[in-house]
Amino acid sequence: MIVKPHVDWFALAPSLALLAASGLLLMVAVFVPRRGRKPTAAFLAFAGFIASGIWAAFLDDRSPNATALVHDAMWRDRWSALAQVILAGAGAVAVLLSYGERMRDEHVAEYYALLTAAGAGMAFFMQAGNLMTLFLGLEWFSIALYVLTAIDIDLVGSLEAGLKYLIVGAVGSATLLFGSALVYGVTGELSFDRIAASGHGHDAMLVVGLAMIIVGLGFKASAAPFHMWTPDAYQGAPTPVTAFMASATKIAALVVTYRVLVTTFPHDQDLWRAAIAVIAIVSLAWGNIAALVQRNVKRILAYSSVSHAGFMLIAVAAASPLGARALLYYLIPYAAMSLGAFGVVAARERELRRPVTLQNLAGFGWERPFLGVAMWVFVLGMLGFPLTGGFIGKFYVFAAAYDHGYWWLIVAGVIATMISAYYYLGIVRAMYFRDAAELQLAPAGGSPPFDPLLIAGVSIALVVTVGSFFAVQPLIDVARSAATSLPF
Amino acid sequence: MMSTALIAIPVLGALLIAIAPLSSYWLGSLAALISLVEVGVWITAAARFDFSSSALQLDQRASWFSDLQVSWHVGQYRFSLWFVGMTVVVMAACTIYGWWVGRDRARAYFALMLLLTGAIVGVFTAQDLLLFYAFFEAMLIPLYILIGVWGGSDRMKATITLVVYTVVGSLLMLAAIIVFGLQQGTFDMTRMGTSSSQWLFLGFVVAFAIKSPLFPLHGWLPVTYRESPPEVSAVLSGIVGKAGLYGLLRIAIPFFPQPVHDWRVVILVLASISLVYGSLLAFRAPDFRGVVMYSSLAQAGLIVLGLFAGNTLGFDGAVLQIVNHALVSSLLFLIAGMVERRTGTRGEFSLLGGMARGRPALATVIMVVGVISLAVPLSTTFAGEFLILAGVFQQGWLWAVIGAAAMVLAAMYMLRAISAVLHQDVGSAVSEDALDLRVGELAIVVPLVVCLIGLSAWPNLISSRASSLAPTGFTQYAP
Repeated sequence: MIVKPHVDWFALAPSLALLAASGLLLMVAVFVPRRGRKPTAAFLAFAGFIASGIWAAFLDDRSPNATALVHDAMWRDRWSALAQVILAGAGAVAVLLSYGERMRDEHVAEYYALLTAAGAGMAFFMQAGNLMTLFLGLEWFSIALYVLTAIDIDLVGSLEAGLKYLIVGAVGSATLLFGSALVYGVTGELSFDRIAASGHGHDAMLVVGLAMIIVGLGFKASAAPFHMWTPDAYQGAPTPVTAFMASATKIAALVVTYRVLVTTFPHDQDLWRAAIAVIAIVSLAWGNIAALVQRNVKRILAYSSVSHAGFMLIAVAAASPLGARALLYYLIPYAAMSLGAFGVVAARERELRRPVTLQNLAGFGWERPFLGVAMWVFVLGMLGFPLTGGFIGKFYVFAAAYDHGYWWLIVAGVIATMISAYYYLGIVRAMYFRDAAELQLAPAGGSPPFDPLLIAGVSIALVVTVGSFFAVQPLIDVARSAATSLPF
Repeated sequence: MMSTALIAIPVLGALLIAIAPLSSYWLGSLAALISLVEVGVWITAAARFDFSSSALQLDQRASWFSDLQVSWHVGQYRFSLWFVGMTVVVMAACTIYGWWVGRDRARAYFALMLLLTGAIVGVFTAQDLLLFYAFFEAMLIPLYILIGVWGGSDRMKATITLVVYTVVGSLLMLAAIIVFGLQQGTFDMTRMGTSSSQWLFLGFVVAFAIKSPLFPLHGWLPVTYRESPPEVSAVLSGIVGKAGLYGLLRIAIPFFPQPVHDWRVVILVLASISLVYGSLLAFRAPDFRGVVMYSSLAQAGLIVLGLFAGNTLGFDGAVLQIVNHALVSSLLFLIAGMVERRTGTRGEFSLLGGMARGRPALATVIMVVGVISLAVPLSTTFAGEFLILAGVFQQGWLWAVIGAAAMVLAAMYMLRAISAVLHQDVGSAVSEDALDLRVGELAIVVPLVVCLIGLSAWPNLISSRASSLAPTGFTQYAP
């Protein structure tokens, strides 16, 4: 007789809500007439993300103690619940940004179905409690993202980007799977805490497995040197998809990395701390230096996201309650800034109907004052200037590094920030210091498309970016309680 | 509460201007009005100020995030009141100047000017290190746009140079702040103890030396001051540079007594080089703005001599001289702008000359300000420089000799500039169309001149009421 495990459906609700939305969206693709398909689909996707976020917030409230579910396959704790709230917010904003994107009618509902499916996969991934669910969640959202990247077959480079992402991503997944197999081979256990309890620390094969798991997760977090897919995929994908990838994937990958490392490999802490610190430095260096020579704004932001992965990995390397707080806090303004910045790029792209480079941002700040100021705030936030949460985020990350005695990570972070000033301010320079007349660029004709949903999405991102600077205390309080669910 | 208000008024004013549905002219009027209200609020604050107390006054404290002990803590000491005062006065003059010359893209321009005012006042009132840093960085954002959009033809280079220098400096400071604050367990400057770390000290000093600017970190100065709009140059040299000097006297000196002692000679040498080298460059400068900007390098050197003299004489003199120089140098930059605008030049002396004839108001203003700036006896700058020299004399007679020699150089470069603009043969760019100062321009310039003359009559107003750096520190330098 098969023993059915008890399933805590409430704990899985954030993922299930998105999955339900995804299923309904596939129905919409078939049954709703073409004219009403786009608004129906967007509304359903938006509602799915909001429902998921609300459930995650409830879950956060009702789970003061971390508990394992379904034979240790999943976790119910505040760490994943808070990350799911941030994820749901990012997804909802991504839906707002997506609405005005030109895409073929026959793909609209599938697009949103994939977006929600990716969200569901990430929510599932965040709760993963053993190596099996870890890999399952990773593949779940990755496959949805591969298709999303390539979905706009009319867009030059979209298909190519999707293919690159697929191949490189598959290598990452395979590495993770191989690493998991090695870890399982050594310990005979799948669930994170039992692997930790099995006492096989420092076993050579376990360490190799650990290294491969870090590499596999590093691919998803687009940390250098595992970031090769990032610029191409970010550039080629439809911009709202890029916005979603830059924010949500990063949230999922980093939150899970932290959990896996802390709960599964406490005995090898010194090893993986050093490894993560090295990856952080490489990401900071590579991301920032490569961004200096880019002209395409999406590529600049892609490399900037690599460098931000570096900053957040500093918090992971600290492996302390302060580091965990720093990571969760950092993710909030970071997600908002990436969504907002790509949203503004999407707006410019739609009005020019061609890729946005620094050249053809000229005069944008004066033509579209709100979007210009918003972009200004986003890039300053990424640079870590005050009046944005990006500043506090960097401050916390550095504080966590110092707290652990990694003063050299502060030095690396500071140098990286200095370098990054050049290209972030280059975007501001491009928007304000040149006139559109200098550009000699014929607009696509007619007045620029007015897109209230995109404006709403950018406004939300703006409010979060600036608001997180002022409301540090409440955000840190929730991050602190979330961090208590990890065993430090 | 009052300090918070002084920060909030211009910031909220900037937001109001960003959304108010008004024409350019009325936006300018609104900005001018807000900047004058700010001056009024400062006067009220000064009237309520208890000058007999060396404690932090007009303060407000609210927790910002508690796990790292960071708070919104603003307030003013006796000396910081004067820093805030010079800021609001000079910013009002510069904002009104922008209105007078009718800057295009008025909405953005005036919003940024007011934002800048709020940020600078924040720097001078913040009593929490992280808050101080936030304001210190926030100054750069409006400056970057103000120079990049309304600057001269080489403005791209100017903005990049400015940003590279200041961002490098301030990030070093950020690293120092994080380490220092976490070591102390709080970021509240009124609760912090001292540190003997050389590295932290240098992190702060480099940032402040870039901002001041001090030799050899003044590389951003020429291109930035020449390419900025004149009123922005006035703000940069008059006020923003003072943020660096303020940082030295509020943070670097009180919190790091041992490193100050160890590095004193090095810093005094660099200050002396700035003083002499700046004066020589000013003497050689081919244009009006060149003279003013290199003279501010020289003055920054002189003020640092006073700050690092290590006694109350030097400290009082430095504070007085900071206020003097804020007024003098912003006045000179505004006048340079007025001259450039009239003659359609960039202030090259080879094209100017003979402007005194038929332009009595211009000639009088330039003469008065020029004479005050070269520290003629009975002027407030004389009082400031005298105190500084007397103070630094106690560190060694050599420093005082260098300082005195530089005063002679100041007379040389300033008289050269005055005569090149006002006297000599009529320059090719000076036509009959170059009018005398208009009423509007006089309304900008004269109040600042009156402040200077008032201070000349009563320099004690500032110098006797400056020296307090309670609760940490400065008393240990009292002789």
